[in-house]
Amino acid sequence: MELIGEGIREAFRLIFTGDGQVYAIAARSLAVSGVATAIGLTIGSLLGLVLGTRSFVGRNLVLSLVNTGMALPPVVVGLFVFMVLVRDGPLGRLHLLFTPAAMVLAQAIIVTPIVTALTAAAIQGLHPRLRLQILALGASRWQWAWLMFKEARLPLLAAVMLGFGAAIHEVGASLMVGGNIKDETRVLTTATVLETQKGNFETAIALSVILLLVMYAVNLALTLIQQRRRPL
Amino acid sequence: MSEVKLAAVDVRLVRGSRSVLDVPRLDVHRGEVLAVVGPNGAGKSSLLNVLALLEKPSQGRVVFDGEPVAGDPLSYRRRMAVVFQEPLLLDTTVEANVRSGLALRGVPRDEQERRMEHWLRRFGIQHLRRRSAYLISGGEAQRTSLARALVLEPEVLLLDEPFGGLDAPARQSLLDDLEAALRETGTTTVFVTHDRGEALRLGRRVAVMMDGRIRQVCPTEEVFASPVDEEVAAFVGVETIVPGLMRTQEGGLAVIEVTGRSIEAVADSSVRGEVLVCLRPEDVVLAPGSDSASPTSARNRLRAKVRRIVPVGPQVRVELDCGFHLVALITKQSLEDLSLRPGDEVVASFKATAVHVIPRRGGS
Repeated sequence: MELIGEGIREAFRLIFTGDGQVYAIAARSLAVSGVATAIGLTIGSLLGLVLGTRSFVGRNLVLSLVNTGMALPPVVVGLFVFMVLVRDGPLGRLHLLFTPAAMVLAQAIIVTPIVTALTAAAIQGLHPRLRLQILALGASRWQWAWLMFKEARLPLLAAVMLGFGAAIHEVGASLMVGGNIKDETRVLTTATVLETQKGNFETAIALSVILLLVMYAVNLALTLIQQRRRPL
Repeated sequence: MSEVKLAAVDVRLVRGSRSVLDVPRLDVHRGEVLAVVGPNGAGKSSLLNVLALLEKPSQGRVVFDGEPVAGDPLSYRRRMAVVFQEPLLLDTTVEANVRSGLALRGVPRDEQERRMEHWLRRFGIQHLRRRSAYLISGGEAQRTSLARALVLEPEVLLLDEPFGGLDAPARQSLLDDLEAALRETGTTTVFVTHDRGEALRLGRRVAVMMDGRIRQVCPTEEVFASPVDEEVAAFVGVETIVPGLMRTQEGGLAVIEVTGRSIEAVADSSVRGEVLVCLRPEDVVLAPGSDSASPTSARNRLRAKVRRIVPVGPQVRVELDCGFHLVALITKQSLEDLSLRPGDEVVASFKATAVHVIPRRGGS
């Protein structure tokens, strides 16, 4: 108990004294996971829109694969990205391994199926003829996509929150393709693992609290967007 | 012949192995209101979706202003507007909904404002403008949907059962407003409905659809007076449809034998042999059974027995037996004057011109 209390005190001390090291790690976490979520959202929402509105042969197969992808184990993704980016791998020449870009790639792979599956479900939850009504209003292809997303914004923002959460809280992939290099690829989760292993429990608890605060702040912002001017 | 604004040509729509639509030709004339009627599942909505360029037919084409629509239909869609049975409003305010089509077309904001004001007022929803579209009644939502379509000043307006989900009072007042709006704007309109009353009220011409095919296209009154076959007759509501045999025909006046009684009718000289005799209930006049000699121009006077009396709104449906089943529609006042009861004897009369004769299918 004492240890936890000490850790939480340490967390607030680190936050309020403006510890440069901790701020940098938190900012890196936000940046890597934010960019990964943005990529996953772009690809996933469009894929989800197609899956939610088109019928084609093999659609259920694709959907079941995407649904499985929602629970992709980060270490499996980490291993895959590692194999792709390693010096002898297909993209080895890009020298991306152990850079934040590698972590973004791995996390984007984790986020994309989550957003895809939830977008498809959200779009299918709309009135089936709304799709036609929006076209009939004179929407171009992109205007149509935008309005469909707007109509499904509640579940869609829930998908963004879930996707961002999955990105920022994963540790396995970041460790494997980022390498937890100080000042370069160290993020809140990998730093927490390291500090715990070193026996610096106060710092580890402090980093965990900061991780939770960051996640809460992002979700609060997204929730406010989601619930804006919405009657119950 | 007036100018054709929109046409379906050789349109077939196949879903799976089922033929949903098979329309060799349907013309919508500029400025007319064409009602498309038919029972559920007849393909009316599919036809509307094809005309609205929302569904690509398996075969055939839509011709807009004489040009076959090819490639991206967006520019044509932007010259039309569609209202479905469900209001299908966007999750925003009433005002933003009415504005939405204009915004998609990039119409300048002040122009949007001007047109929106007009149509909010025309459909009596200006007081709801800031309300969420999810917090208004079904009738108000459908008014919003119609305003959203008419604000576009479309060249063609396509309506798919727009009153289908509404209760009678809401339907009536919206029908009034829509009728006035269509009269004022002269918008070319295709109006899908299964309600023959709505079709009669709004449509100048009517297309009757069954099993994906158009069975009859003609002026609205004509379909009720002269349905082309038995099924169309049954659908549009000619209540007396009895088989008969054409006996003689001279100078357009035919004598048809129906279960031993002779009925005089005006009939086309090409009609022979077995026929169906159709009679609309409002064309049948009733007189007391004793009064067989009062002067009337009706050629057909039949003694009949009252079977059943059923009130229908302000009128009364009197079912009669005169050797065959005959239905008359009279006012409540007439019913009182005649003091009719089931079992009473009456004289039913109707003019030869009121009788519509359809060649019997399968007959000669």
